[in-house]
Amino acid sequence: MDQMDETVPSPPESDCEVRAMYDKKALERIEKAYASWGEKVSSALAKRPERKADFYTVSGIPVDRVYLPVHVRAMDYEQDLGLPGEFPFTRGVQPTMYRGQLWTMRQYAGFGTAEDTNRRYKYLLEHGQTGLSVAFDLPTQIGYDSDHPDAYAEVGKVGVAVDSVHDMRILFEGIPLDKVSTSMTINAPAAILLAMYLAVAGEQGVPGDKINGTIQNDILKEYTSRGTYIFPPGPSMRIITDIFAFCSKEVPNWNTISISGYHMREAGCTAVQEVAFTLANGIAYVEAGLKAGLDVDTFGPRLAFFFCCHLDFLEEIAKFRAARRLWARIMRERFKAKNPRSWMLRFHTQTAGCTLTAQQPKNNIVRVAFQALSAVLGGTQSLHTNSMDEAYALPTEEAVQIALRTQQLIAYETGVADTVDPLAGSFYIENLTREIEERAMEYIRKIDDMGGSPAAIEQGFIQREIQDAAYRYQKDIESGDRVIVGVNRFQTDEAPLRGLLRVDPAVRDRQTERLKEIRAKRDAGRVQRQLASLREAARGKENLMPPILECVRAQATLGEICDVLREVFGEYQASVTF
Amino acid sequence: MGNGRRIRVLVAKPGLDGHDRGAKVLSRALRDAGMEVIYTGIRQTPEQVVNAAIQEDVDVLCLSSLSGAHDYLFPRVTSLLREKGGQDVLVLGGGIIPEEDIPALKACGISEVFGPGTFTGDIVRYIEEHAPRRG
Repeated sequence: MDQMDETVPSPPESDCEVRAMYDKKALERIEKAYASWGEKVSSALAKRPERKADFYTVSGIPVDRVYLPVHVRAMDYEQDLGLPGEFPFTRGVQPTMYRGQLWTMRQYAGFGTAEDTNRRYKYLLEHGQTGLSVAFDLPTQIGYDSDHPDAYAEVGKVGVAVDSVHDMRILFEGIPLDKVSTSMTINAPAAILLAMYLAVAGEQGVPGDKINGTIQNDILKEYTSRGTYIFPPGPSMRIITDIFAFCSKEVPNWNTISISGYHMREAGCTAVQEVAFTLANGIAYVEAGLKAGLDVDTFGPRLAFFFCCHLDFLEEIAKFRAARRLWARIMRERFKAKNPRSWMLRFHTQTAGCTLTAQQPKNNIVRVAFQALSAVLGGTQSLHTNSMDEAYALPTEEAVQIALRTQQLIAYETGVADTVDPLAGSFYIENLTREIEERAMEYIRKIDDMGGSPAAIEQGFIQREIQDAAYRYQKDIESGDRVIVGVNRFQTDEAPLRGLLRVDPAVRDRQTERLKEIRAKRDAGRVQRQLASLREAARGKENLMPPILECVRAQATLGEICDVLREVFGEYQASVTF
Repeated sequence: MGNGRRIRVLVAKPGLDGHDRGAKVLSRALRDAGMEVIYTGIRQTPEQVVNAAIQEDVDVLCLSSLSGAHDYLFPRVTSLLREKGGQDVLVLGGGIIPEEDIPALKACGISEVFGPGTFTGDIVRYIEEHAPRRG
């Protein structure tokens, strides 16, 4: 077992026999029966071979023919599983899980202008969505205003364009911010978009302690897989810990970071690597918080996570359970967190975009349903289901509605939400949960030895691991070892998908116009003064959130604020490998 | 290719899009197929892409975009490439590209567009058949 176990306090009974889940004599009998059964089956294989010589999970973990109590003989129920809502949270972070409250159905959405996206949000809320999730366009994510030359082709394309607090106000027009929780996929400029959201909430009369939501704010995975970095790691980590400190006082219910495995998985890594690299990044953020002088229990409870749910149904369920147990142990044993909320790995899940096929796109509806079901059986707190047309474009309303309905079908019709962690105790699931935890821990130890995840990223280790796994995956598809329905088996000739969503290129002109108007009307002296104070703060050590809020309130644009920070912090230069 | 040099390929990510799993997988597959491959990394302007293609004297330029900006960026690259004397370079496109956009891309000099699910082997074959032959 891993190091973590050695430091877990002993349960009241120190006698191992008492803690064992299975009777020793019964295990011996089962083991014998298993061995002779194995011989019988093996001798029959010559005549009737199995479909493959060896079976593996999507992540490459070997899969046995059948699982029995002997595979989980070392499992200690109280230490390894426990009860829902209790350490180590293997069975879920809430005592009643979905019997109490269903997961938040949160479709990631955004395109065009704030007006376009506001309409889509209202559509989703009308159809029973329970939380909002903002997709920003690439210029916003990289800290450029819509009139920046490099933004020319990208305004409003993969998300909504937000240049100033005006756009944010329009985005949430008619949506009371004390009634919804809002997740914002924003990283390098997260502090600025959070400041805009707080400013708009303030205008609606909603104070900081009444708003709920999440900013992604996870820069480390931007360097390894997602690519929307701006500043180098040092100042980026400082901005993040400034947000931790500010929110712990001013916005106590806000999830200050969503430590994300999703993008690394999408970039090609395995389930084990997803857990390992995500938690290694989590460790780096906790260490940065501690180094900044914060108490682990002030920011620990506000750390959230974000995972992918991929094709291997049972492996994904085990992955979520393993991640929860591992994080609980890390927070309690390694960082000595005392608040049980610091031990809880709460997470959002999105179905795997990389598994959507352009071929026979309706099959994607079924893929997404299986993946979403694994996320629910794995105990997710919120869920985004991809739409069937996303291998071509942003989803149409019709496609999004099917995706949302998929969640509602799981929630209200399948019955899986009516008891907590229903697959616990499955010999395979429990064995795989332990296997993923141990394999991930091995990686984390390796990353620790390299000096932690920022150092491992700097050395290109994590990037290489992801790329190698992505290449293997593609090779397996091309060799036919991995079957993807409609891609390398069961192909059909079909007409291309029609009626895709198209973003009107006039969005750029409208944003550019609005920027001109704002710059003409605002108090230019006030903007300059606030930008100058931000510059001073960035050069020194004070928390950056208050001066950023002042800049936003003075109607400084996102690009102007980021330019000040670029000037002080510099820009990250990636090293290119493949 | 005759008995001349190995095929030289630039794999490029024009625009702000950070999705480069496909670009990296393709780069490696082309290299494993015996080509010389240079990958630009993400967030390149069309100017940077074309300068790299000219400087590296490549036979093939593979453009990848998943952000929906291909309709502007790809034609911009091909027109700059012609301006700089790179009209013989075989230019391919890939990424999230609706089928209805493909004719316009082909009209401006993108020889072929490869979407999700493409086998790298098919791209290798295409390049071997279509790359300009140079001594």
